[in-house]
Amino acid sequence: MEQATTPARTAEPFEPRLTRIGAVDAVALEARAADLAKRSIKRGSKLEALDLIVRMIDLTTLEGADTPGKVAALCAKAMRPDPVDTSVPSVAAVCIYPTLAGEARRRVDGSGVHVASVATAFPSGQSPIAIKVAEARAALELGADEVDMVMDRGAFLSGRHAEVFDQIVKVREACGPAHLKVILETGELGTYDAVRRASLLAMAAGADFIKTSTGKISPAATLPVTLCMLEAIRDVHVETGRVVGMKPAGGIRHSKQAIQYLCVLHETLGRDWLTPQRFRFGASSLLNDVLMQIRTQKTGVYESPDRFTVD
Amino acid sequence: MTDIEPRTDGGLEWTYAPAPESRAIVSFEERYGLYIGGETVEPRSGEWFTSISPASEEPLAEVAHAGPEDVDAAVGAARSGFATWSELRPAERAKYLFRIARIIQERSRELAVAESLDGGKPIKESRDVDLPLAAAHFFYHAGWADKLEYAFPNRRPQPLGVAAQIIPWNFPLLMLAWKVAPALACGNSVVLKPAETTPLTALLFADVCRQAELPAGAVNIITGDGSTGAELVRHAGIDKVAFTGSTEVGKAIQRELAGRGVPHTLELGGKAANIVFEDCALDQAIEGIVNGIYFNQGHVCCAGSRLLVQESILEPLLGKLRNRLSTLRLGDPLDKNTDIGAINSRAQLDRITELVASGEAEGAELYQPACELPERGFWFPPTVFTNVAQSFRIAQEEIFGPVLSVMTFRTPAEAVDKANNTAYGLSAGVWTEKGSRILWMADRLRAGVVWANTFNRFDPASPFGGYKESGFGREGGRHGLEAYLRFEG
Repeated sequence: MEQATTPARTAEPFEPRLTRIGAVDAVALEARAADLAKRSIKRGSKLEALDLIVRMIDLTTLEGADTPGKVAALCAKAMRPDPVDTSVPSVAAVCIYPTLAGEARRRVDGSGVHVASVATAFPSGQSPIAIKVAEARAALELGADEVDMVMDRGAFLSGRHAEVFDQIVKVREACGPAHLKVILETGELGTYDAVRRASLLAMAAGADFIKTSTGKISPAATLPVTLCMLEAIRDVHVETGRVVGMKPAGGIRHSKQAIQYLCVLHETLGRDWLTPQRFRFGASSLLNDVLMQIRTQKTGVYESPDRFTVD
Repeated sequence: MTDIEPRTDGGLEWTYAPAPESRAIVSFEERYGLYIGGETVEPRSGEWFTSISPASEEPLAEVAHAGPEDVDAAVGAARSGFATWSELRPAERAKYLFRIARIIQERSRELAVAESLDGGKPIKESRDVDLPLAAAHFFYHAGWADKLEYAFPNRRPQPLGVAAQIIPWNFPLLMLAWKVAPALACGNSVVLKPAETTPLTALLFADVCRQAELPAGAVNIITGDGSTGAELVRHAGIDKVAFTGSTEVGKAIQRELAGRGVPHTLELGGKAANIVFEDCALDQAIEGIVNGIYFNQGHVCCAGSRLLVQESILEPLLGKLRNRLSTLRLGDPLDKNTDIGAINSRAQLDRITELVASGEAEGAELYQPACELPERGFWFPPTVFTNVAQSFRIAQEEIFGPVLSVMTFRTPAEAVDKANNTAYGLSAGVWTEKGSRILWMADRLRAGVVWANTFNRFDPASPFGGYKESGFGREGGRHGLEAYLRFEG
């Protein structure tokens, strides 16, 4: 009889010790998140924080009605968010559907803005794996350099964890050197225990980033669910030294909220994670609010929303 | 597998803004007399002492030191106050208690700032814990005032008379509420003596009583040190003693009361075990451990000062705990971002320092995060001792400071044995995801309160009190009422 062996990927990232899956206490987790949301940051740090938030944004449009024109406008905004104030940096990436990856690539090429394409039958993930892999590959060929895949919640919730793992591994292989973000769709997982398990599973299978939501399901990102995922990232980092990034997405519309996320990030993972290489916001309307706050910090007055471009 | 690119920028220097709560909302008088018979009176002793802020050592106000004649006057006023108060219709008594509760809520910012100034506790605790709970106690007991017959059917509950109440410095206003609210609800009058180092919120409470137009003499507040408290307990005119404080003083009170037939309830020290099983929600248990021992600088009688960890998770737990301690912020109690405030008094700081030195001398391993202590005031960094044996002083004596002693166990039975192996029995914590084990443990732990997957949670409806040398009698809930009543049925 053939000896069963542990798949290479389960063993490798968790050396020297298996990360404890453990449990999450919902009441205490939410209390901790609420407590951290009460922190206030220094006025001097605020402008820097807002600047950082801009650099962390994956500016997103994921609509059936997306067209090359819409994406072109989005890319322009991504590269120069505030045409009046050139000191405002570009965002981290634009996040679009695969068919528009080519258009996005042409628009942002050379600007440093990444092209992140969703893939693997976004948002449901309910397609045969061969199609999902092909879709990820196609997105990359069209010009994406980051792939936001969706975890197969159908498989996860029916207990087929190995299948979820294998799917992520396959997409991971298809991505090659491109960044892979795995969307857990926490709003469909039901418990923080499941969120933690899914986070560890995605990291073990090779995710570079774990991401909360597609934005198509409510609730999307919340502070407690983000804290829960950050704690999983911290555990993997402590146990294995591996660095995994985090992307809350959906529902973050205001600068104040974004700063609360950075507080939770800072308290959980420290200064090293306060960078777009390790943390992103999946958002669209957040950007204009941050731009308004930056302008306010610089000029001392709130300006009309009409003075900020709608793209 | 691609690893994430190394960081290309410097990362953000993340600093929290000083977010001080304005102290302008509180104006202390220069001098506070005694609150006797609804009036503020000069002490007949002619003596005064100064209450300082432990965070800056600045004097806040002068406070009267009540001598024997003052105690006598207060008990006399409470006696005549009792005549009026106990004859009021119960629903009328409820009305006054509701009024007091609402005034506490309305003045909660002021009272919270005063509490933090006088006692050194972080504003986020006085704002989010002490004040809401103090108001809740008055609301809760206001509800009981006209329902005592239903709480104790066919037993014809009657008030006791004049209740002498002595409270500690760790939760000055909250302990006042725990004592005064049930006493008044049951129809008793009160002579309250707040702690020497934290008299100011009790004196502001006198103003709350005035504002509520509480009948004169129902509440009397006398300030002073231990000698004032001793004089009060010695007084022949009292009908009940309620004390919260050290086991040592509790024993002295019992000696004094022996043979006098004065009912008394004592809420004394503790050395609670916080028991963490390997299957717990670890990150949340860490929060519970931190809350259990560093809440209010560890000045909590039910603090989880002994951490019992299942040996299989000791190492990851300690790693996470150290990591968490490094994010605790110690400093100005009025800053909303502060987690750990000032030690309440120099005497308490000396005691903590002495016990920590004994821990090191006995061979325990000390850990303190890098943490800058302010120059003025009384401060002690959050401290963890590992390699602690059950026989060490730091595992046996109540430290009443931000000092955690970590020990290990292998089986639930061993955890119970170790947890119960103490002279105290006030509280305990159990951290496990297994419900049946929580119940199994709670059955066996000899502690007045057992928290499961949380710590330091209080509610007026939940009785609180101890086993063994942690005292007797319960405060809160229906059980708490019983301590302020006699039964004719």
